[in-house]
Amino acid sequence: MSPPRSGPPAISFQNVSKTYRGGAVRALDGVSFDIQPGEFFGLLGPNGAGKTSLISILAGLSQASGGSVKVMGHDVVGDYAAARRALGIVPQELVFDPFFNVREALEIQSGYFGVKGNGAWIDELLENLGLADKAKANMRQLSGGMKRRVLVAQALVHRPPVIVLDEPTAGVDVELRQTLWAFIARLNREGHTVLLTTHYLEEAEALCHRIAMLKLGRVVALDRTSDLLSGRASTMLRFKTDAALPPALREHSRVTGRIVQIKAHDAAEVEAMLATLRAAQVPVEDLEIGRADLEDVFLEIMNGAEQGVGA
Amino acid sequence: MSAIKLQGARTLFYKEVLRFWKVSFQTVAAPVLTAVLYLLIFGHVLEDHVKVYDAVGYTSFLIPGLVMMSVLQNSFANSSSSLIQSKITGNLVFLLVTPLSHWAWFMAYVGASVVRGLAVGTGVFLVTVWFAPPSFAEPWWILVFAALGAGMLGALGLIAGLWAEKFDQMAAFQNFIIMPMTFLSGVFYSIKSLPPFWQGISHLNPFFYMIDGFRRGFFGISDVSPWISLAIVGTAFVVVSAIALELLRKGYKIRG
Repeated sequence: MSPPRSGPPAISFQNVSKTYRGGAVRALDGVSFDIQPGEFFGLLGPNGAGKTSLISILAGLSQASGGSVKVMGHDVVGDYAAARRALGIVPQELVFDPFFNVREALEIQSGYFGVKGNGAWIDELLENLGLADKAKANMRQLSGGMKRRVLVAQALVHRPPVIVLDEPTAGVDVELRQTLWAFIARLNREGHTVLLTTHYLEEAEALCHRIAMLKLGRVVALDRTSDLLSGRASTMLRFKTDAALPPALREHSRVTGRIVQIKAHDAAEVEAMLATLRAAQVPVEDLEIGRADLEDVFLEIMNGAEQGVGA
Repeated sequence: MSAIKLQGARTLFYKEVLRFWKVSFQTVAAPVLTAVLYLLIFGHVLEDHVKVYDAVGYTSFLIPGLVMMSVLQNSFANSSSSLIQSKITGNLVFLLVTPLSHWAWFMAYVGASVVRGLAVGTGVFLVTVWFAPPSFAEPWWILVFAALGAGMLGALGLIAGLWAEKFDQMAAFQNFIIMPMTFLSGVFYSIKSLPPFWQGISHLNPFFYMIDGFRRGFFGISDVSPWISLAIVGTAFVVVSAIALELLRKGYKIRG
């Protein structure tokens, strides 16, 4: 489904650069792309790729060394108040204010944005995020997962049209993930734009309409999720083994514990691989041939192959 | 300032007041007790040995100084400790992502500091008043210097909170700058009792003018004219506030 396009982009990065230590370290190098209103957009990249730098500039936590960033058409520097009012940020770190209970924290955060008398929305947030029975609990008394839920509620409490989730499911249990994604997906269906950074690529594959991949501060891939998947090696040979792989396969394979994954372009290549395994007398279990997933695409792109990018 | 911005600033002010009020044993009751202990010890030991003004006993002389010292120290402590705690624990991000302007930050943090300073000062006064009957010769000076002093120290606390990156640096600021300036400002004595060199040094200390002007409100007597004190304290308040506002506008040490 194509995201709806009307008015200015929800988020616009234009030639954004960020350097540290007087230019010695370049965290972002000419990043440009737009996110349209209503999109569920994934921003992926290995540690140090520049994701957090880009999110920090978007949120006003740091300033770009060059370029411009806009939220709903509002420049994050020149018109920061309007830009920040349109944004709800879920920070990566599990931070909280130990002086307040959950409801107080939400009411205070809401007040910072000039919003008051929104008790019904706060109740809805608490209910949808499984926090209703913790409303009067001090933040210190909550588990890590519960604190993460409060962070999400704080980001949404002023009803921003654009939601930024920076690693929202890092270290949290399955129940929260499901609760969170169900709620965020509902908000996205209702028209909210969502920008997600995550290391859980299966989540990005399942949720995001489009994905950008960053590497060393540059956009190395930007496309619809389905096109990213279909435009790359589409077949993966997967099996388990305890034996060493023959050299001909070893350099092309990805090994995670006992699980081996090897990229193939067609059936003949799969047959040739299996023949090589048989010849080397490598015992295999749970053999399957499947479609490449986002993790395969991600690794392929991060290992050097750049594709053309365009917003 | 629009209604939305005003609501944001008001919320931050409310949050800052609520923050210290939730731990009021530590932030209000403890400094009141400390001031009373000073009064008990110094007043008892020196009452019959020290005469600063002819018509004023030493305990009576000491009380306004202790009240103002408490106002200043607690105003500084409120903004500085709140900021450094938020920076170190990381929850300052909740404020950094909001549309609040640097003026809103300034008014809320300094306003809450003034509230805490005046709350502690009132507490100290109410307790110490039992030790000597109070007099209010020129009460408007009491209000003016208490408010200006609390505001200036609240703004100074903002600067310290922005500058310090760890609790150790904050303690250094408090112990090596605020504490000496407070103790060497005439809380416990009239600077006229000092040697000329130290009198000169004391005249460079804006805290001296705050306490001298504040004391004027009680006794109608002061080491320097209250108008001179008002000019110096007012100027110091404007300078310190301008620095704090500029640091906030730039996001000094809080925005990368």
